[in-house]
Amino acid sequence: MTARSGSTRGGNTRSGNTRGGDTRPVDTRAVNALAGNSLAGSAPTGSASTGSASIGSAPGGGAPVIEVRELRKTYGSGDTAVHALRGLDLVVERGEYLAIMGASGSGKSTLLNVLGCLDIPTSGRYLIDGIDTSEFGEAQLGLLRNRKIGFVFQSFNLIPRTTALANVELPLVYAGVRRAERRARSMAALRMVGLEDRAGHRPNELSGGQQQRVAIARALVTGPAIVLADEPTGNLDTHSSQEVMGILDRLHASGRTVVLITHEDDVAAHARRVIRVVDGQIVESRTAWGVPA
Amino acid sequence: MRFTEILAFAVRGVTANKLRSALTTLGIMIGVASVILLIAVGNGASQSVQQSIAGLGTNILTVSPQRAQAGSTTKPLTVADATALADPVEAPAVKSASPVVSASATASHAATSYSVQQFIGTDPAYFGTTNSEVAQGALFSTDDVRQGRKVVVIGATVATQLFPSSQPVGQSILVNNIPFTVVGVLATKGSSGLQDADDIAVAPLSTVQNALAGYGSLSQIVVQATSADKLADAQAQVTTILDGRHKIGYGQTADYRVLSQEQLLSARTATTDTFTVLLASVAAISLLVGGIGVTNIMLVTVTERIREIGIRKAVGARRGSILGQFLLEATMLSLFGGALGVAAGFIGSGFTIAGITPVVVPSSVLLAFAVSALIGLFFGSYPASRAARLRPIEALRHE
Ligand SMILES: Nc1ncnc2c1ncn2[C@@H]1O[C@H](COP(=O)(O)OP(=O)(O)O)[C@@H](O)[C@H]1O
Ligand SMILES: [Mg+2]
Repeated sequence: MTARSGSTRGGNTRSGNTRGGDTRPVDTRAVNALAGNSLAGSAPTGSASTGSASIGSAPGGGAPVIEVRELRKTYGSGDTAVHALRGLDLVVERGEYLAIMGASGSGKSTLLNVLGCLDIPTSGRYLIDGIDTSEFGEAQLGLLRNRKIGFVFQSFNLIPRTTALANVELPLVYAGVRRAERRARSMAALRMVGLEDRAGHRPNELSGGQQQRVAIARALVTGPAIVLADEPTGNLDTHSSQEVMGILDRLHASGRTVVLITHEDDVAAHARRVIRVVDGQIVESRTAWGVPA
Repeated sequence: MRFTEILAFAVRGVTANKLRSALTTLGIMIGVASVILLIAVGNGASQSVQQSIAGLGTNILTVSPQRAQAGSTTKPLTVADATALADPVEAPAVKSASPVVSASATASHAATSYSVQQFIGTDPAYFGTTNSEVAQGALFSTDDVRQGRKVVVIGATVATQLFPSSQPVGQSILVNNIPFTVVGVLATKGSSGLQDADDIAVAPLSTVQNALAGYGSLSQIVVQATSADKLADAQAQVTTILDGRHKIGYGQTADYRVLSQEQLLSARTATTDTFTVLLASVAAISLLVGGIGVTNIMLVTVTERIREIGIRKAVGARRGSILGQFLLEATMLSLFGGALGVAAGFIGSGFTIAGITPVVVPSSVLLAFAVSALIGLFFGSYPASRAARLRPIEALRHE
């Protein structure tokens, strides 16, 4: 795997530098700085190899890539209110490989959706690379999702009747990447998940495992710092699960921060750290070798 | 994000689900086409009525019986009334007054039989009054009327029905089983809206009364004024004479009425206007039904589309890009469906429908197109605009 080009590294450094005070005005510039790591002015040299490119080593500064403080999420109100997250704290360092486990309904997905900026918490703070997202508006969150985060769903969530290539290209289109480069980078991402020869297939022409690999290609095509996966193997057979986990392992090895939810111990065993969520709070955090973290 | 990218998404969205796109287009097309066509039919009907009435001439009065007030007796219109109206001293403005009886009659020749729309008995002056010209043979004469000869002059429609391949003049036809000799064929006049003016047979008054209609009241007296300027005078004279003969006192409702062509025209126009309004409401309903069809299709697929919106938002699409895409999709489908509908409406208007030649009303084209396009646009983009406002996870979870 090739190391990412200098401009990418520069972007990361820039975002590291913008960290600082606790409160700062939130504007699009902050997001652009955040997003700068992968796409803004991405060098064409990286394009052919982006799919398998490493994000490089973590920049100096040492701010955790994810920092969550007193996170609460309540669905509904009054008597019927469901407290899915109850003051949860979590820090994920750059380049970590983290598995979230816990009973069904314990709040894992809710947490991951907040981390992926797909949902907003009822209260609490969420900092990405040290920048507080709580005041971000709709457009800024969209930019974050596009540039900074790759999300993999249990149910794949590919656009139906649309080719694998077009699905993978989607984030790049919204990022404003030109057609030729888009094509090259999407093909590289498909190559990384081993589906180069299926680029023209529609989701209904692909197996579950293949669909999930297309979804992963879509998640990594922008070269995001964070890859979040909500039970990525939940709908897959053992063989497909192993393929998918192999891809996530390589993403981690290339320096990306990977957070995944799973019910299965052997899937969690891929991670370097496992946290357990019970009733919207983290009750246990240990390394994959059973040592309390 | 560039417009061309959004356009490409929209084109892909339209072509990805061909059935949905086709059904949406079809719904809009049917709505537009039926509005254009039905209004064109109504318009065509009223135009031909006006033309045919205008063609009759402007110096004609029609006297027809009408039921008198309760209490007073209704006297029939008689041949004597007609003769009195033609009196040059009492009614100097009247040129001629033709008594008319009409009967329902089935005419047959050889194996063919045909139910004639208007079978009337009158005198020869009637032909001049109604601008009827003979195309073949001759008209019947005053002598024929006096003698009660069984001769008949037939209109073009009757001629082609009974004599598809032979010459009618001189042949014998059976009218309600009574033999008549065809002496002439009238020149064609065309359709007068709902009624074919060539679907007519004219025979001497005395003959028709004797053989078919009986000696009751006349159906009409057709009065011709000496000139168009004298029409009002003629109407006054006719009224005076008939009031005297029928003993209608001042302020009483007469047992007859006198209408000029102009009055007849407005009465008929009112009828066809009602007809047009009726057709227009049918058209409006079909537009509505088409609209509901479009709405249905849009709503059925909306769950899938809202998930798609969720996916797009999850990978960083802006609300504006999503709105733009869905608005463009709806615009394409609406415009395409609308254009097809206009084309179908125009093509359909080229055919004669129930004897009426449709005449397209330009404003109806505009109206139909605008309304259906708006329906398509609204239902194509409104659910999308609501979904675009959701958080990605809400859109993804939509059921
Ligand atoms: N959209 C929602 N509306 C209401 N309650 C919800 C919603 N999503 C999740 N919940 C509730 O929040 C709790 C946590 O859900 P979730 O995060 O999906 O759990 P997990 O992924 O750990 O199984 C559950 O009790 C669930 O019923
Ligand atoms: Mg879950």
